[in-house]
Amino acid sequence: MRFAARGVRLLILAAFAVFFVVPVLWLLLAPTKADGALVTRNPLAFGNFGQIVKAWDHLDGFSDHIFRVWIGNSLLYAFSATAIVLLTAVPAGYGLALGRFRGRKLVLTVTLVVMIMPSAALVLPIFLELNALHLIGNVLSVILPFAFFPFGVYLAYIYYATAVPRDLLDAARVDGAGEWQTFRRVALPLAKPIVALVFFFSFVADWNNFFLPYALLADSSQYPIQVGLSDLLSSTPSFNPAAGGGGQQVNIFRPELALATLIAVIPVAIVFLLSQRALVRGMLGGAVKQ
Amino acid sequence: MPYLPFLIAFGVAPMLYALDLAFTSSTGGWVGFHNFIRTFDDYRFRPAFEHILWYTGIWLGSLIVLVVGLTLLLHGRANRVSTAFRFLFYLPGALAGAASVLVWLFMLDPAVSPASFLMHHLFGVQLFVQAIAPGKLPGVFAMIAFWTGAGGWIVVMYGALNTIPPDLEEAARIDGAGPVTIALRLKLPLIRKWIAYMAILSFATGTQLFVEPQLVDQASLGMVPDTWSSNQLAYQFAFRYADFNAAAAIAVDLLVIGVVAAVLIVTRTGLFRRED
Repeated sequence: MRFAARGVRLLILAAFAVFFVVPVLWLLLAPTKADGALVTRNPLAFGNFGQIVKAWDHLDGFSDHIFRVWIGNSLLYAFSATAIVLLTAVPAGYGLALGRFRGRKLVLTVTLVVMIMPSAALVLPIFLELNALHLIGNVLSVILPFAFFPFGVYLAYIYYATAVPRDLLDAARVDGAGEWQTFRRVALPLAKPIVALVFFFSFVADWNNFFLPYALLADSSQYPIQVGLSDLLSSTPSFNPAAGGGGQQVNIFRPELALATLIAVIPVAIVFLLSQRALVRGMLGGAVKQ
Repeated sequence: MPYLPFLIAFGVAPMLYALDLAFTSSTGGWVGFHNFIRTFDDYRFRPAFEHILWYTGIWLGSLIVLVVGLTLLLHGRANRVSTAFRFLFYLPGALAGAASVLVWLFMLDPAVSPASFLMHHLFGVQLFVQAIAPGKLPGVFAMIAFWTGAGGWIVVMYGALNTIPPDLEEAARIDGAGPVTIALRLKLPLIRKWIAYMAILSFATGTQLFVEPQLVDQASLGMVPDTWSSNQLAYQFAFRYADFNAAAAIAVDLLVIGVVAAVLIVTRTGLFRRED
């Protein structure tokens, strides 16, 4: 009986493992095969490495190397927005945790609410606002909203409120350090672990965001890679028979699209797999340990 | 604090401006609920909300049942096998956003899918267009969301279960409770808060659906309308018709759902710290 129960348990878990893993495997193998082989051969067969090179040449040749431009844009947006996030979130978390000023509770509550509500809910309101200010199509219209990252503030807040002893800061003040000096000399060096965490979450959130740049950028040379992928999808004949017709041969087929998808997730996948624990802490929303 | 200008410019101000637009006309005059009523009466409004409610319902149901079920199964015998499974379940989370949708467009294309025999025999699907027929989409999108997100939640729930003191479980076992009783009577109540958090958060996120139907629309030759979800409809009002007041009205509908859910989580679950 117990043996049977254990078998059923393993069977269920294995079935779900197949569901979760096979699509990833397929994606890893797809660029090793030509488009025709994808249809005729076993879906999980390995082709050859030469095919990957060929797929990359087609992808890179698409629309005058625009794929490289998209990756570059993604890096630019994610890194510059995350830099601003770090500059703003750490002092804000410090102030909210250890400062005493009017409106502290209000700022904290608003930060929490905006952090928890889905970010997509703010995309159209931000579009409407920036449209009224005639800032649409400007690169800053993506970077600046990305730089608003309340979750980073909350992570810094929780860290200063729980992990940094208040006595330490009081001691610094007794020693004659001003507020700024206390922050600069004592609190900031203590923030190292939180900087890594905030960097990671902010970068991943910016890299994966589709809706905001999709709504705010008009020119495809400004697209980040996530939006660029949708451009490639429209150019893939098997999903869009109208593409590739009309004499314009763009050479984007399923293996190229699969390769583009893989390359697009590499930066996030690396950090993601290396830092399972940090990511989980983020899904807990930095919540208080029970 | 240099953070405040950002909070105001990209958090508070857009919400207030959307509210302002939603209650005024294109010339700026106050029109009360007129924009809400006319978008509600639009022939695409109700289908869009029905779609996202179906999608969110299926997704939530599968999340709650399967995530909790799988977590309890994994936690029953904590060993290396369990760790390996958790990692495999978590893996697809690396492919978020547009990437996950593209992966599933491949998976749903019977010509190349490794599951094509399942699609033929179980669902009678021979062609890609059949796999993404409008009636199937809520289930398809729920599956994509489950595929990318479930593993992360399983790890979270598993972590929450690990905070249960081992002697509590030991005491239950001495009292003669089997693994199933322990799972349902002892473990399940202890992670109730996390389940509530996951459910509310997922509900709010689900109603905002945009990228999935937008990409499927592109791959479906217009068979799937570009106003399939509510956020898409709001987007079309803004971009195709430059009707910013109507777009704002729908955006406000969705904002209300998001804000209410967030306030519920903050004030009811006790998972977030606001006090010293």
